[in-house]
Amino acid sequence: MSPADRGFAAVVYLGSSLFAILIIGLFVELVLGSWPSIVKFGPAFIFSSSWDPINSKFGALPMIYGTVVTSLIAIILASFIGIMAAVFLSDFAPRWLGQPLSFLIELLAAVPSVVYGLWGLFVLSPFVRTAVGPALQKVFGWTPLFSGPIYGVGLLTAGIILALMIVPTVTAISRDVIAAIPRDLREASMALGTTKWETAIRVVLPAARIGIFGACILALGRALGETIAVTMVIGNRPEISASLFAPSYTLASVIANEFTEATTNIYISALIELGLILFFVSMIVNGLARVMIWSVRGSERT
Amino acid sequence: MKRSLRRCCSTLAVVAAMTLPAAAATQLTGAGSSFDYPFFSKAFYVYNQKNPDVTVNYQSIGSGGGIQQFTARNVDFGATDVPMNADELSRTHAAVLQIPVTLGGAAIAYNLPDVTATIRLTRQVIADIYLGKILKWNDPQIARLNHGVKLPDMPIVVVHRSDGSGTSYIFTDFLSHVSSAWKSKVGTGKSVVWPAPSAIGAKGNEGVAGQVRSTPGAIGYVELAYVIENHMPAALIQNKEGRWVACTTETVAAAAATKPDVSATSFSIVDTAGVNSYPISGYSWIVVYRDNSDRGRAKLLYNVLSWLAGPQGQDNAKSVDYVPLPRNVQSAAEATLRQMQR
Repeated sequence: MSPADRGFAAVVYLGSSLFAILIIGLFVELVLGSWPSIVKFGPAFIFSSSWDPINSKFGALPMIYGTVVTSLIAIILASFIGIMAAVFLSDFAPRWLGQPLSFLIELLAAVPSVVYGLWGLFVLSPFVRTAVGPALQKVFGWTPLFSGPIYGVGLLTAGIILALMIVPTVTAISRDVIAAIPRDLREASMALGTTKWETAIRVVLPAARIGIFGACILALGRALGETIAVTMVIGNRPEISASLFAPSYTLASVIANEFTEATTNIYISALIELGLILFFVSMIVNGLARVMIWSVRGSERT
Repeated sequence: MKRSLRRCCSTLAVVAAMTLPAAAATQLTGAGSSFDYPFFSKAFYVYNQKNPDVTVNYQSIGSGGGIQQFTARNVDFGATDVPMNADELSRTHAAVLQIPVTLGGAAIAYNLPDVTATIRLTRQVIADIYLGKILKWNDPQIARLNHGVKLPDMPIVVVHRSDGSGTSYIFTDFLSHVSSAWKSKVGTGKSVVWPAPSAIGAKGNEGVAGQVRSTPGAIGYVELAYVIENHMPAALIQNKEGRWVACTTETVAAAAATKPDVSATSFSIVDTAGVNSYPISGYSWIVVYRDNSDRGRAKLLYNVLSWLAGPQGQDNAKSVDYVPLPRNVQSAAEATLRQMQR
């Protein structure tokens, strides 16, 4: 290696090891901070449903549930809308429409989350209470998922807000991935007599699926950790209920709500342990996604 | 190169000359309660106009954070909505002075679309609503208090603060005083387990107010200044003497005046006697160390805080719709402050 190469290698190594150090440091700090709570509550912390700061009883299960369910709703809605939008932008939209539309979608990503939260509280949640909720209940009310009173705030509203927040990520990356699919593939498909949309659904999307999957994972990561917007529309009740209309709570929301006014050591420690759990939840979700990508790639090779 | 260096130096000199007078001023730092922030920023601004040699930098990071910063001696004073308890005090390993600095009250806001009259609620009814015992607006217990008002057959949606807050502390303190069921089942605190089946947590005064406004049938407690500034309808509440009182700066001050001997160990002023007392009221506090190694700084801090707790400082409360301390409490606060070594 030439000295220049060596220097470059050093810079690159340094850059990537910084990430590793940051993550490990974060992990160590979270474990140290939550140690009193880990010692006191043990694994019961993860499976307990009571969150009672006055009596120092802490359990994370309702928040884990709320975090996972809102993120799932968000990624289901956002991946559908986002991928459709990406196909439209790359293969269907005329230039004069596609470019400003892409710009607008990317602009959505720059809106601060507190603005989404306020909009969710004043516009979306009344809309869910008066229109979306009753309509869903009319059709699906027989399932536990859509039963019970509709407050406007709750799992569903939080999921919708999150979906809106992560749609730009899904759309922008998917559009770039789809645009990078070679023209030959599309032309070959068209030459076989398929229509434009058949080409998009049967040829282009499958070819781009790994990249699109990556986009969804990135978006899911944002949904899991999103705090303020969710806090404003989820109802902040540490309870597990089957209904998507019911108020719930997420890991990040509890920390945002209670950290500033938490005074006892065990209380602060329990809040930090929620952060540690969020760290693990994100890791597990990312890990699962990795496994799925590998299995997709594996099946491609054979 | 030389010329640019010289220009750079002269620029620096100009900048230094511009900032020097400000740098000579002592900057005192405080941290804590976000409830106090509007009052403090107004009062400390006024103080700085009169005393340009002292600026006060207050960070509203929440009472818990304020106590931590104060305990770690990162700030000159802390501000907290609930006085530091024995456990927190022991962690400072020093003598701490706690002085009341301003007052707050929680108004009961509600959303009943077709009702124009102001709703009346007794203390017991409020407790039963928050306990989940009264679930509908046309419940006989509410109807009995509101003759001539057509109350709707609508479920009550109970809204509370989701963020730990002094307002929640005052409100749950009030509920614990008027209902033994609340006291044994829930208790008093900044974050509690809300037993009502329809309980919804909203972040901040603006969150609770927004949730109440957008949900027909909702009820929620909101900080007094916020209610005044946003002209929200709030319930009349029957106090201990049987009078119906609204949440105003006067009725909260009246509640405070009934307890001139308020101290960090006996600070609750909810549900006090007195015909004009508003029952959901409480103090906010400043904490300082009694002994300070830097006497000059301590002297400046003493000057600021005794001004703040005195008539001139308290005058600034009204302009931001906060409640000034009653005169007798002002003198008590000043007396406590005089123990500061300076």
